[in-house]
Amino acid sequence: MIEGFTALYIFMLAAFTGYEVISRVPVILHTPLMSGSNFIHGIVVVGAMVALGHAETPVEMAIGFVAVLLAAGNAVGGYIATVRMLEMFQPKKGD
Amino acid sequence: MDLLIEIVYFISAAVFIIGLKQMSSPVTARQGIVWAGVAMVIATVATFGDPVVYSHGSINVILIVLAILVGSAIAYVTAKRVEMTDMPQMIAIYNGMGGGAAAAIAAVELVKVAAGGAAPGTTVLVLATLGAIIGAVSFSGSAIAFAKLQGLINKTMRLPMHMMINLLLFVGMLALGGIMAISGDINPTYLLIFFALTLIFGIMFTLPIGGADMPVVISLFNALTGLAVAFEGFVLQNAAMMIAGMVVGASGTLLTQLMSKAMNRPISNILFSSFGSADGSAADEEVEGSMKEVQAPDAAIMMAYASKVIIIPGYGMAVAQAQHKLAELTKVLEARGVEVKYAIHPVAGRMPGHMNVLLAEAGIDYDKIYDLEDINPEFPSAEVALVIGANDVVNPVARSNPDSPIYGMPILDADRAQNCIVIKRGRGAGFSGIENHLFYADNTQMLYGDGQKMIGELVAGVKSLG
Repeated sequence: MIEGFTALYIFMLAAFTGYEVISRVPVILHTPLMSGSNFIHGIVVVGAMVALGHAETPVEMAIGFVAVLLAAGNAVGGYIATVRMLEMFQPKKGD
Repeated sequence: MDLLIEIVYFISAAVFIIGLKQMSSPVTARQGIVWAGVAMVIATVATFGDPVVYSHGSINVILIVLAILVGSAIAYVTAKRVEMTDMPQMIAIYNGMGGGAAAAIAAVELVKVAAGGAAPGTTVLVLATLGAIIGAVSFSGSAIAFAKLQGLINKTMRLPMHMMINLLLFVGMLALGGIMAISGDINPTYLLIFFALTLIFGIMFTLPIGGADMPVVISLFNALTGLAVAFEGFVLQNAAMMIAGMVVGASGTLLTQLMSKAMNRPISNILFSSFGSADGSAADEEVEGSMKEVQAPDAAIMMAYASKVIIIPGYGMAVAQAQHKLAELTKVLEARGVEVKYAIHPVAGRMPGHMNVLLAEAGIDYDKIYDLEDINPEFPSAEVALVIGANDVVNPVARSNPDSPIYGMPILDADRAQNCIVIKRGRGAGFSGIENHLFYADNTQMLYGDGQKMIGELVAGVKSLG
């Protein structure tokens, strides 16, 4: 179990990590990076799966279904968008 | 099995951070997103090994698979098909989906309590409720941001007493959420009202914000979704969600700050007052001089015989899809020995780096692309500054008129170039509705027409000079 202060420590360390990782990014990568971090919070899909998994009533199942649907869209859409943007930065062969 | 899942989540969280780190350099960026993608797939597969997923029969499992397939398919097709120019609004919508998912997770947990299930501790309820608020606001707010960038909503909308209504909504949802979370007594009707309030607040919050400020708002919603995911991660005792969510929450907040700093407007100013509300004196001011029109062949000659040309692209270039033509223009000018540089304003386009992405797509080297601080000293030595589809970011009013809503915003000094050619579709004002004094300056000439077509004519003009 992750409780009280343990959770607070996790949040604090993760927050500093996020801040540090981003602080040295060139401007040209800001959009791909925003898109990339948009993909990373797509991890919400595992939470949505658990929520739908232990849903009991039809109402809970309906909401859970929406949760998984949206989360999967977040992850897949975020991934494709980021990859497409980063492809632009690949050195072109024969150039 | 539980241990295995924990290990997978642990590794995923670490890989997400490494991936994000790699995405901060052009050399390793692609590798970074691929790693993060692999981690995401493994985490998702591992979750199928979690007994909780099977705790209520196979119908739930079938629904999970179905939802993943449908959600992924829709996102896959839209993300593959969308034009590069429309990417910002797609990021907004995918981000909103994440926020909506986090809010829906909270909803499932809260509905369980409302139905008489065992109430979890107060901390869990408070974080679930906070995550619900943040996620739902990000969801409906992102939908509005999408609609604005897609052109479905053109005007900034303000109701009478808009701020007052927002404040009431805000206090209302916090109070209702707070009472439910702390008392642990959740009434289904109140829960419904609570979610309605949060969704309406997201809409009302975003509606009055102008399209030019959307990058900052999307970035803010991105950070908010991260935060919501982190909180729901605590509710579900999932460390991977907690870490990944909080990392995004923090980095997104920093990115939002960087952006509003580039616009020299405090974030509170962007969020709580739209451009239109501050006009009055600025709009009434007389503009000296008149707009002079130039034809493409003449403009082409000016550029062909220049030694240095600085090109300033803006959102209009993205709309006109003119980046490929620009690459061609760069090539023919360089063949004649003209030095071509690109000046990118930090908030040009609808996202930071938006222009860079489009220019890279057209194959323009990024060593030709300069930031505001690096290029501004060079304008006086450039014979021609070519402005295509940019407006507010080259408006000298930002330097000279303290009454102007954009006063103080750093701008590209196109007016200090020896000549300035502005490609513009029509005579109207920019996104902010502010008159641009650059267009009336003595050394400015206007080239009216569609960006792509006009650049094409410039290319033809330069080529015809042999």
